[in-house]
Amino acid sequence: MAKNYIIDIQHLSKSFGDTRVLQDISFYVRKGEFVTLLGPSGCGKTTLLRMIAGFENPDEGTILLDGKDILELPPYRRPLNTVFQKYALFPHLDVYDNVAFGLKLQKVPEEEIDKRVEKVLKLVSMSDYEDRNVDSLSGGQQQRVAIARALINQPRVLLLDEPLAALDLKMRKDMQIELKEMHRKLGITFIYVTHDQEEALTLSDTIVVMNEGRIQQIGTPIDIYNEPVNAFVADFIGESNILGGRMIRDRRVSFIGHEFDCVDEGFGEDVPVDVVVRPEDIYFTTEPAKCQFKAKVNSCVFKGVHYEMWVDTDSGFELMIQDYDPYPVGSEVMLYIDPDDIQVMHKERLRNSFEGVVLGDGRVEFLDAEFEADTTGFAEGDEVEVSVEFDKVDLLDHEEEAEVSGNVAFILYKGNHYHLTVKTDSGQNIWVDTNDIWDKGDLVGIKILAKDIKLSKKAVADE
Amino acid sequence: MNKRSSWALPYFIFMLIFVVMPLVMILIYSLTDGGGHFTLRNITKFFSDKDALSTFALSIEVAIENTLLCILIGYPAAWILADKRLNRSAVTVVLFILPMWINALMRTLATAELFTMAGVQLGKGTLLFGMCYDYLPFMIYPIYNQLSKMDKSYGEAAADLGATPGQVFRKVTLPLSMPGVWSGIMMVFMPTVSTFAISEFLTNNKIKLFGTIIQENINNSMWNYGAALSLVMLLIIGVTTVLQGGGDEAEAEGGTV
Repeated sequence: MAKNYIIDIQHLSKSFGDTRVLQDISFYVRKGEFVTLLGPSGCGKTTLLRMIAGFENPDEGTILLDGKDILELPPYRRPLNTVFQKYALFPHLDVYDNVAFGLKLQKVPEEEIDKRVEKVLKLVSMSDYEDRNVDSLSGGQQQRVAIARALINQPRVLLLDEPLAALDLKMRKDMQIELKEMHRKLGITFIYVTHDQEEALTLSDTIVVMNEGRIQQIGTPIDIYNEPVNAFVADFIGESNILGGRMIRDRRVSFIGHEFDCVDEGFGEDVPVDVVVRPEDIYFTTEPAKCQFKAKVNSCVFKGVHYEMWVDTDSGFELMIQDYDPYPVGSEVMLYIDPDDIQVMHKERLRNSFEGVVLGDGRVEFLDAEFEADTTGFAEGDEVEVSVEFDKVDLLDHEEEAEVSGNVAFILYKGNHYHLTVKTDSGQNIWVDTNDIWDKGDLVGIKILAKDIKLSKKAVADE
Repeated sequence: MNKRSSWALPYFIFMLIFVVMPLVMILIYSLTDGGGHFTLRNITKFFSDKDALSTFALSIEVAIENTLLCILIGYPAAWILADKRLNRSAVTVVLFILPMWINALMRTLATAELFTMAGVQLGKGTLLFGMCYDYLPFMIYPIYNQLSKMDKSYGEAAADLGATPGQVFRKVTLPLSMPGVWSGIMMVFMPTVSTFAISEFLTNNKIKLFGTIIQENINNSMWNYGAALSLVMLLIIGVTTVLQGGGDEAEAEGGTV
């Protein structure tokens, strides 16, 4: 079992100062697998890769290579090689010497070095460039040399840190195909870091989706695309309509004001859920019998292969639809969704809930700030659970007028409103439903009316 | 001359008066005798003057020794200053550069006083100490500059390919910091050849350097011979600069103080 895993990562955690960059990361990599760590910038994916390479040490957890703990080994003793994001080719050496660097350190006989350099340069289609100065190469060529330099040592695992990020689109696509081909030919295990979801879907056998230092989902590209486990994954991978809904019973869900058949079971009855429908899975029909709901097209844009349309449903929601045929703006259309194409997810939370302390004088402290609230029935110093509905949180432009300020960290459009994650200055999250348009990174003030702050006795922790 | 380039005029005039004219005067004086007639005697006198030649050789020797000393002390210092793990504050860097804010003559005088107080015999040892003390910042700063702007990923890439920390230094860090070292060498070696104050104060004129005999000649109104010696020195400095190849480039990359 564990022996089939070339890399086995268990419970890694890491903080830089007060920020937790990785929290309890566990996953494994099978021999020969192409695994991608995917996430937005700052999600911890590069730190994780650097830990595997040996440039960072975790605070907790272990990394096993072939069943052996490698945390004690310095980078130069780990049988892994890295392709760096900015290539890091040695500017004082030519292409040959860059590629031969690892072999020369191992005192490999010169004839063999010659042979192996020639072979690996051929593999990356860079033969005849041996004597070139690395500064005279284009970005794509430097990338190839960097890959050759890492591959020549025949690493157990090749680590790639956003290797294509600096290339233009066309070159990136070509390199993707070549990388995939190289992986197939060499049979070396690849661990690939990227923020580009399309790249991840194209290249990987397995994708590890990360956000805010945690693993969100691990699965094949198809699993991750078709069955995202939460709204973050659904939003990050591909285009999607993410909507609030209600599971009526097994195989029956209601959202956008209509009821639909679906294939999900086991959520219980009458439970709030999130529903994901991919834009290419909403179909147009002309048969009234098939129609599940009506809508009016409000924009239609040609995207190359398909048209991207936004429609307003009869129940007041906005949906994105992708179709090969355009429908004129303003036209009334009939739509339906296949039960298979409706992905139901547990809601991560139903309302904000914080730990707080009653201060007396009708004030309560939470989120590292004081708020006015109805504290009848509580004594000063009581520890309480504070809950606030998403739509009862007001965001203000002027953060100085509010009790707490924060930054908009994540925005989800849910068809008729935005669901925002706001990170407060003290590093806590508060979730907000709003109709106002904010941008990611906006500085906002957070205001909550006294009547919307609900207090309850703190649940006694289980021993 | 268009409008924009006319802004350069004051600088042009400045250069003409304070750089080009003195150089021309040195050339004229060194190629004439006291009466103003053309002669090569001043130059040939130097090459037949055993004293001058041996002083010259000593100057070069001292300059080489001082430069080596500065590299030996300055490189590790620059390396420590540039390492973010070892040195977290910019204040330490300023402390190393700080002596340059004080007049070199004053520092040299103070050093001489200290040696006298401690009863140390003035000689070559004290001379090298004083020179190294005066010129060390000029070595540290360009190397520090070069090291601190070097991309950390080069070292990581080398380690990743199997280089031990020692090998990373020898095969990557050192070669990549050479422009800074060259820059430092230029800024230490050349002034050392022509200095005279340090040897005057720190050896009580027991050791004469090339700069010293130029100064003596000029002081004794032997302008023509003094000028000829200056010309020889200028030529030597010029030749070393050219020989270094890309000396300009090194200086640009290493940055000056």
